[in-house]
Amino acid sequence: MTEQLIEKIETMEKKHEKQKHQREKEYPKSSVTLKIYRANRRAGESPHYDRIEVPVQHWTTVLDALLYAKAYKDQSIGIRYSCRMASCGSCGMKINGIPRLACYTKVSELQGREITVEPLSNFPHIRDLVTDFSQFFAHHHNVEPYIQNDNADMQEKNKLTEFIQTPEDVDKYLQFSYCIKCGLCYSACPTVATDTQFPGPQALSQAYRYFIDSRDTAPKERLNLVDNRHGIWRCHFAGSCSSVCPKGVDPALGIQLLRGHLLGYSKNEKKAAELKERQKKDD
Amino acid sequence: MRQLRGNTSMEREEVADRNNREGMMGWLNPRRYGWERVSYWLQRLTGVGLLAYFIAHIYETSQITGGPALWEAFLELTQTTLGHIILIVVIGMCVFHSANGIRLIFAHGGKGLGKPGRPDYPYDAVSLNYRQKSGIWIALILALVAMLYGASVLFGGE
Ligand code: HEM
Ligand code: SF4
Ligand code: FES
Repeated sequence: MTEQLIEKIETMEKKHEKQKHQREKEYPKSSVTLKIYRANRRAGESPHYDRIEVPVQHWTTVLDALLYAKAYKDQSIGIRYSCRMASCGSCGMKINGIPRLACYTKVSELQGREITVEPLSNFPHIRDLVTDFSQFFAHHHNVEPYIQNDNADMQEKNKLTEFIQTPEDVDKYLQFSYCIKCGLCYSACPTVATDTQFPGPQALSQAYRYFIDSRDTAPKERLNLVDNRHGIWRCHFAGSCSSVCPKGVDPALGIQLLRGHLLGYSKNEKKAAELKERQKKDD
Repeated sequence: MRQLRGNTSMEREEVADRNNREGMMGWLNPRRYGWERVSYWLQRLTGVGLLAYFIAHIYETSQITGGPALWEAFLELTQTTLGHIILIVVIGMCVFHSANGIRLIFAHGGKGLGKPGRPDYPYDAVSLNYRQKSGIWIALILALVAMLYGASVLFGGE
């Protein structure tokens, strides 16, 4: 079992190593001009672009370049960031028109000497490159992103309930749990662009993440949560969410798999039977 | 159905002018996000186009109630160069929409998209795989072939 897994991981690593070399096109340059979207609409400022030239190395990320501009050229640039390593999901912005993480986009992988940075679309704008995530988080909250299990004892602290999962059980949801809530998918989605009530790729793929988790016992409720007029049916599989996701979550896959259960393409009776059996054993 | 938390009317009013949704403008540009977005865009355009054709078609065939002469006169409209071109476009729309539609019927339920796994750099999405892209290309090629055949029948011969 373990050996098989190690073998699998090794072949995967080899494959990715190969893809990495094919993928990483470099456009070397020693400096770039950042074309930065600037606006503070609350203060009545109308939007405009500032052009700031910054020196770069081949490892410089767009976030590094912006922080350089902020440190040495214009301290008033509004940016949000935290981890600088594609983990916190705060630095999402449109880079040359496409939603990306500024800390995960190297200047050298972008063509041309000018880099346009703008706030994420589909998020209410606050200032400069900073957007408001409250609607986005509300949608996430609405799909009840936590395990619900009738057999878990939440009261008695001494009685621990264990729910065993096989690696196969874990693989079904693991990639969806890699989501860092950066909102890039939400910004790329053409349905989100016109419908504020649509949960969006992030929330819908999280609905699937908990739906398919073998520890969760509320699959019916979860389906009901997304099965409505502004729900999952508004996804037309344009795939843009998955093409911009920086963590390989592939939200489009999660949404289609979840819809497969609603359409009756995939049945989850096996899971229900398994749970029943386990419950019997526990008793 | 549950209410959206944190999306009260007051808040909505507050953010209304700062909402920054792409709206139709984002939709009009299908080139930023790869073939799947092009497919989405074409499926909708051809769907709406077919609906328009369908309505026009009902109107056209209803002309028979005004007698054979009116019907003949109306049919003449399709015998012009512009009429031919419109018919060729309709053929293309029909073939693309149906072929791509059959792909989407499966894909919308997760069939042919691959399985979730353990993503690693460079984090390619399995759902945007070459089986799906080939489906889109095949639909486009079929539409092109049908249009060429239609053109050869309408413009060629006689
Ligand atoms: C073999 C025939 C057809 C098939 C297999 C088919 C299939 C589909 C599919 C799968 C979609 C995508 C739905 C979605 O993205 O959620 C679609 C969209 C659409 N279809 Fe069809 N269709 C067919 C014929 C027609 C005809 C004859 C019309 C017009 C009278 C039509 C009008 C539309 C429209 C307006 C849309 C746009 C909806 C959207 O953008 O999602 N379709 N079709
Ligand atoms: S699914 Fe991907 S793009 Fe969307 S919020 Fe999560 S990590 Fe970001
Ligand atoms: S700064 Fe944390 S994701 Fe970019």
